Amino acid sequence: MTASHTTGGRRLIDLVPHIVLIVGVLIFAFPIYVTLIGSTWDSATIGRGNLPLIPGGEAFNNYSQAWSESHGARASYTPVRVMVLNSLVMALAIALGKIAISILSAYAVAFFRFPFRMAFFWMIFITLMLPVEVRIIPTYKVVADLGLIDSYAGLTIPLIASATATLLFRQFFLTIPDELVEAARIDGAGAVRFFLDVVLPLSKTNIAALFVILFIYGWNQYLWPLLITNSADMETIVIGITKMIGTGEAANDWNLIMATTVLAMLPPVAVVVFMQRWFVKGLVDSEK
Amino acid sequence: MQRRVIFDNKLLPYLLLAPQVAVTLVFFIWPAAQAIWQSVHIQDAFGLRSEFVWFENFEVILRDPNYIETLKTTAIFSVSVTVLSLGVALLLAVLADSKIKGARAYKTLLIWPYALAPAVAAVLWMFIFNPEIGSLGQLLNRLGLDWDYRLNGTQAMIMVILAASWKQVAYNFIFFLAGLQAIPRSVMEAASIDGAGPVRRFWTITFPLLSPTTFFLLVVDMVYAFFETFGTIHALTHGGPGKSTETLIFRVYQDGVVNNDLGASSAQSVILMVIVIALTAVQFRFVERKVHYA
Repeated sequence: MTASHTTGGRRLIDLVPHIVLIVGVLIFAFPIYVTLIGSTWDSATIGRGNLPLIPGGEAFNNYSQAWSESHGARASYTPVRVMVLNSLVMALAIALGKIAISILSAYAVAFFRFPFRMAFFWMIFITLMLPVEVRIIPTYKVVADLGLIDSYAGLTIPLIASATATLLFRQFFLTIPDELVEAARIDGAGAVRFFLDVVLPLSKTNIAALFVILFIYGWNQYLWPLLITNSADMETIVIGITKMIGTGEAANDWNLIMATTVLAMLPPVAVVVFMQRWFVKGLVDSEK
Repeated sequence: MQRRVIFDNKLLPYLLLAPQVAVTLVFFIWPAAQAIWQSVHIQDAFGLRSEFVWFENFEVILRDPNYIETLKTTAIFSVSVTVLSLGVALLLAVLADSKIKGARAYKTLLIWPYALAPAVAAVLWMFIFNPEIGSLGQLLNRLGLDWDYRLNGTQAMIMVILAASWKQVAYNFIFFLAGLQAIPRSVMEAASIDGAGPVRRFWTITFPLLSPTTFFLLVVDMVYAFFETFGTIHALTHGGPGKSTETLIFRVYQDGVVNNDLGASSAQSVILMVIVIALTAVQFRFVERKVHYA
């Protein structure tokens, strides 16, 4: 090892991994960089196709216009503050809702024995094989019949049943030692007490990890909000961007579109970067 | 696995299960059953009566040359996305896992694209490759390539494949890193002492030991390419030009939502269900085998 470092040829070969990794990082960063730069120029500069590689002076105008106004120079849009709120409600409701109903049902399956227990378990398990994409039309009809089109309930409730979260919690609950349950029962704690005082605190790490994954999942939903929301007030930001782009003609409010794109990326990217440890754990655990 | 000590409430477990079971019944089982029911019926023009027709809807679809074309498009698209995103992720993960300076920084800089929605990834690619506003799109045209993915089907396909793979690399990278960390250092060091170079070590040790991870990711990436890339395609090409980037899932949406053809769309949904069930079954067989090894 030490000998190899003394020769010049070795040193050059040692650089290869760095070069490949840097190229990789650049390929992933370049589109983001272009979008960030684009959000600081005016739409005419972008539309002509000669976007410089350094920031322009329109950042404040673009972001404040995209954030609060309902029209650009060429068309009218839903303001970003409305769309961000919708996306936030959707992401939080899906993440918290999934965690809540999954932890309860996993507790039931793991800590009780009752008639039809395995039937319920399999029913939940089957949902793994029914992603929303394969049953869009009939699910849409159910939501329409319930009068939930254009509502937060319609946007979120059909997505909060999750077999993966339930399976993850169940798996974890099975590792809680029997002695702990025994001790709690001797102390006179019932099932509800035990859940609140022992199971919930023990599950904190799992809950945090799942939250990160599910928040991103919720924020990034596309097909479902596309079907369920008609009114501009209910638009989520990911859908909003593609509606702003339309057919992708050169004459577009590109400055506003790029500012909106940056704002759409910010929350999930921030969650991944700042909660990296939870995020990697959540991802690797929930897919096992 | 079962636990010995349990609680013996009679009603409580049902109450705990109620929310999930209710959502599952109303929004999963019932719609899926409807899709299956509709797939073997034909409705009259007014939607008043429906007739049981066995597999006629399926026959119509599978005889339709357009559908066969869509199947081919989906196959090309998903295989390309899977191979490309797996290959790039494996290369980057192996390099970032070696003992080099700044490995941590590289990792952080490579995992964040996971956070992007497929549709947002598509939009970012459009900003660069749009023939009018995109810097690389214009460059390709100046090089005499006649680049316009909005008019050229092959170019459109290349665009959606690249945008969809670009987003999936981060996911594969995370799992490859976790897989690499599970390989005992002692094995690598022993091979090193025996004089095996890095390339040889990769093919004789790393790659075989990573195969459970690779296989798992293969299935996940196929599912991703089949379903989640709806956003990529919808944002970038709308399935066009013509039908050159129309995948199975995009067609279900097109037939069911845009053209309102319930029978055809339900039969397609059922075909998709069969595909998902097959993929999930394959995945679970693999999980069992992994447990066996461990």
